[in-house]
Amino acid sequence: MSAATAIGYNFAYLDEQSKRMIRRAILKGVAIPGYQVPFGGREMPLPHGWGTGGMQVTASVIGEADKLKVIDQGADDTTNAVSIRRFFAHTAGVETTELTAEATLIQTRHRIPERPLQADQILIYQVPIPEPLRFIEPRESETRKMHALSEYGAMQVKLYEDVARFGHIATSYDYPVMVNNRYMMDPSPIPKFDNPKMSMMPALQLFGAGFEKRIYAVPPFTQVESLDFDDHPFEVQSWEDACSICGSDHSFLDEVIIDDNGSKMFVCSDTDYCRERVTEGFVGEAPAQLETEQ
Amino acid sequence: MNNAVELLTSTSEWQDIAPLLSVRELNKFYAPGKGCGDINFDLYPGEVLGIVGESGSGKSTLLSCLSARLTPDSGQVLYNSEQFGEMDLYAGEESQRRVLMRSEWGIVHQHARDGLRMNVSAGANIGERLMAVGERHYGDIRAKAEEWLTAVEIDTGRIDDRPSQFSGGMQQRLQIARNLVTHPKLIFMDEPTGGLDVSVQAKLLDLLRNLVSRLGLSVIIVTHDLAVARLLAHRLIVMRRGAVVETGLTDQVLDDPQHPYTQLLVSSILQN
Amino acid sequence: MYVAVKGGEKAIDNAHALMRTQRRGDTAIAELSVDQIRQQLPLAVDRIMNEGSVYDPELAALALKQASGDAVEAIFLLRAYRTTLPRFGYSEPLDTEQMQIERRISGTFKDLPGGQILGSTYDYTHRLLDFSLLASGEAEVAPAEANALSEALAAGNSCPRVLELLNKEGLIEQSRETGDGDQIPRDLTREPVNYPAERAVRLQNLMRGDEGFLLSLSYASMRGYGDSHPFSGEMRTGRVSVELVPEELGFPIEIGEVLLTESEMVNQFHGSKDLPPQFTRGYGIAFGRAERKAMSVALVERALRAEELGEEVLYPTQDQEFVLSHTDCVSANGFVSHLKLPHYVDFQSELEMIRRLRKEQGQATQSKTTNEEANA
Repeated sequence: MSAATAIGYNFAYLDEQSKRMIRRAILKGVAIPGYQVPFGGREMPLPHGWGTGGMQVTASVIGEADKLKVIDQGADDTTNAVSIRRFFAHTAGVETTELTAEATLIQTRHRIPERPLQADQILIYQVPIPEPLRFIEPRESETRKMHALSEYGAMQVKLYEDVARFGHIATSYDYPVMVNNRYMMDPSPIPKFDNPKMSMMPALQLFGAGFEKRIYAVPPFTQVESLDFDDHPFEVQSWEDACSICGSDHSFLDEVIIDDNGSKMFVCSDTDYCRERVTEGFVGEAPAQLETEQ
Repeated sequence: MNNAVELLTSTSEWQDIAPLLSVRELNKFYAPGKGCGDINFDLYPGEVLGIVGESGSGKSTLLSCLSARLTPDSGQVLYNSEQFGEMDLYAGEESQRRVLMRSEWGIVHQHARDGLRMNVSAGANIGERLMAVGERHYGDIRAKAEEWLTAVEIDTGRIDDRPSQFSGGMQQRLQIARNLVTHPKLIFMDEPTGGLDVSVQAKLLDLLRNLVSRLGLSVIIVTHDLAVARLLAHRLIVMRRGAVVETGLTDQVLDDPQHPYTQLLVSSILQN
Repeated sequence: MYVAVKGGEKAIDNAHALMRTQRRGDTAIAELSVDQIRQQLPLAVDRIMNEGSVYDPELAALALKQASGDAVEAIFLLRAYRTTLPRFGYSEPLDTEQMQIERRISGTFKDLPGGQILGSTYDYTHRLLDFSLLASGEAEVAPAEANALSEALAAGNSCPRVLELLNKEGLIEQSRETGDGDQIPRDLTREPVNYPAERAVRLQNLMRGDEGFLLSLSYASMRGYGDSHPFSGEMRTGRVSVELVPEELGFPIEIGEVLLTESEMVNQFHGSKDLPPQFTRGYGIAFGRAERKAMSVALVERALRAEELGEEVLYPTQDQEFVLSHTDCVSANGFVSHLKLPHYVDFQSELEMIRRLRKEQGQATQSKTTNEEANA
């Protein structure tokens, strides 16, 4: 495999000094769960906002023995996931996989796999805007103080408004959490459906924001609580439909529009989970007119 | 020079009480003549102090320095805090100043948009300080918001409306409710009636006067309007070009002004 | 599995192949060489070098070719290459006083030691399309004496900076920081920016910043949003030698030359409690012939000094978090373009939410109507 790596570049693209700097930031992040550690983010050959933070974290923790899985929107075959997986296959020559179960590193954009992760796995999130308070207070110097002093009242205001207007909290993704009862953290734009998976997860969770030059972490078995009110507790979304392919009624479903009349079907956003269920013999009720590959 | 201090120490009714806020040799200048300098005074619990002067006299700069929003070039602001004890504002931690701003203090801005969140409801505006100090029960927060809307004479049916839908007078009353919900001891007000119609001003002043006496608040109020000062303030500081030119009890200053500038101010208001 | 859900590795490969074909254009037309770009589009090349933060005209020209002439894409290519380069060391500060001047203009003094040198410029040209370029491609060249004169100037000419003349009288602030300010600058590409950022970091950021953004900001500051309407004390372009002190030698050796454009602005300052009224400086420097960039940097740089000079900060042009966080065209372009990436999951969450809200509202209206009917 390693014979195929890119000529003229170091293993996994970044030079060892940069990786060491990033690992120090990761260690600090692990030591202070949920705290955003500034780091000397490097320019990457992919655009900012396309996963450069996640890639820098992956590049810094990946070793020759690792098996890498990359997902975007839960799927292994979305364009950006393909592009990043190829990048590491090319620059690190590591083995890649689409199987959640056998991956040692999973880089993700916008989802947490449905299959529970294990202690020997690392989940690396791509983060566009790491600051949960950003849309309340645009100033970095101010938000850092707000974190330092646990001044989180303003974030609660947003939830109050939701309840006042809709009778319940209406934030559906990028739903802020408190980590270890101390730091408010942006879980990256995952659906709030995935929020509960973050808490007490056996796997290490690392978050990289390249554009904003921040790294943060949730160590294994750390409490992660979604913000709410005592009398309006956090809840996740649910679907009336089930996956048309595997029949799952408990996973996050993507809506697919299948004809010009806007007819739709629902399928698992986690393609590996869906495939696994199909091999186990689960079948969904696919619309009759539908052509399927498998 | 220290007229204010001398005056107060000679006034027997204050003698046994420690000042809530003391200002010593405070200076803040943006450029020569722009800012305020050589400021000294004490504010006692339950007292309403008016700072008057025309625009550009440095009174707003002074208020910003007093309320921990602008670091002075030199001098001290001493505050007797419930939580932190006797403290020198700018010698201490910024974290303490920020805690004060959302607990023991309130700030009522001239422009409601500076003191309110215009894009969230009245209820959320009042509830914010409660949530900032850890309140997490939606029903309780809402009940307290209603209570304070009533206290400032806003119909509770408007609780889910945004301040942008309110009249100027209502916005100011909402700002006051938003500040008072956590029971502060000291309120800073910057021209709270500026830009309001005369009849609306009168109603707001009446409300303020009632709240101040009912809650035993200490207030520092900046105004260019001597009528407002006469109605609310126990004591006045007259400023001109960044310096204090006269201090004294409100009636004394307004009825028997000593400094030529104060005389001019007072005569101009009489002519109106 | 359902076909539409598949992104497809093949699709990506095909898209890139199509891009290469489009870039080449009509194969009946001769292909543009990197040398041609470097020689004949030098101002475009200079911009790529500036925002790409690498002084290498050849690679900048290559990037411009590879990017089909898209400056932002070319800058990105150069940046991504730059980040993998090893650091041998940091050069000594460049001494622009020793610049071999090819152009030098002062807006503050009619004549001055060293003189005004117009050099080569588009200024004062009438912006009329030159159709002779369309026909033959051969433009009129400078007369021999103009060339000879400019070469002679460049060869021997170095002259004191205009602002140093004011400095002698003490009318302008010192250019060199003293005390705590006089430190080896932080390297912006190695460490994250912490706010408030010191001047050296701000300048680095601005020099890598998007020319259009900085130009517009400086325009805004001159029009009153930032109180920066200065004089152009001096603008000079020319070659400066780069020196490095190798550890094993311990003394500086010249390792090359760079072409630079430097701008120094003179701003009024009314004084503060500590400082008497005096002139202050706004500084800008850029690779190559990049006057617009250097002047924009100098103007924005001065506006951003408002806080440290004790001026009231009233406008975005004076707000370093606003300006410095948004100067970088690579970041800005990346973040705007990332909207093209799939957001299916988040959008699905919003779809689910909005359907639910509409349903609830529908139910509420319905039950209200039912109640009203029952009451009636």
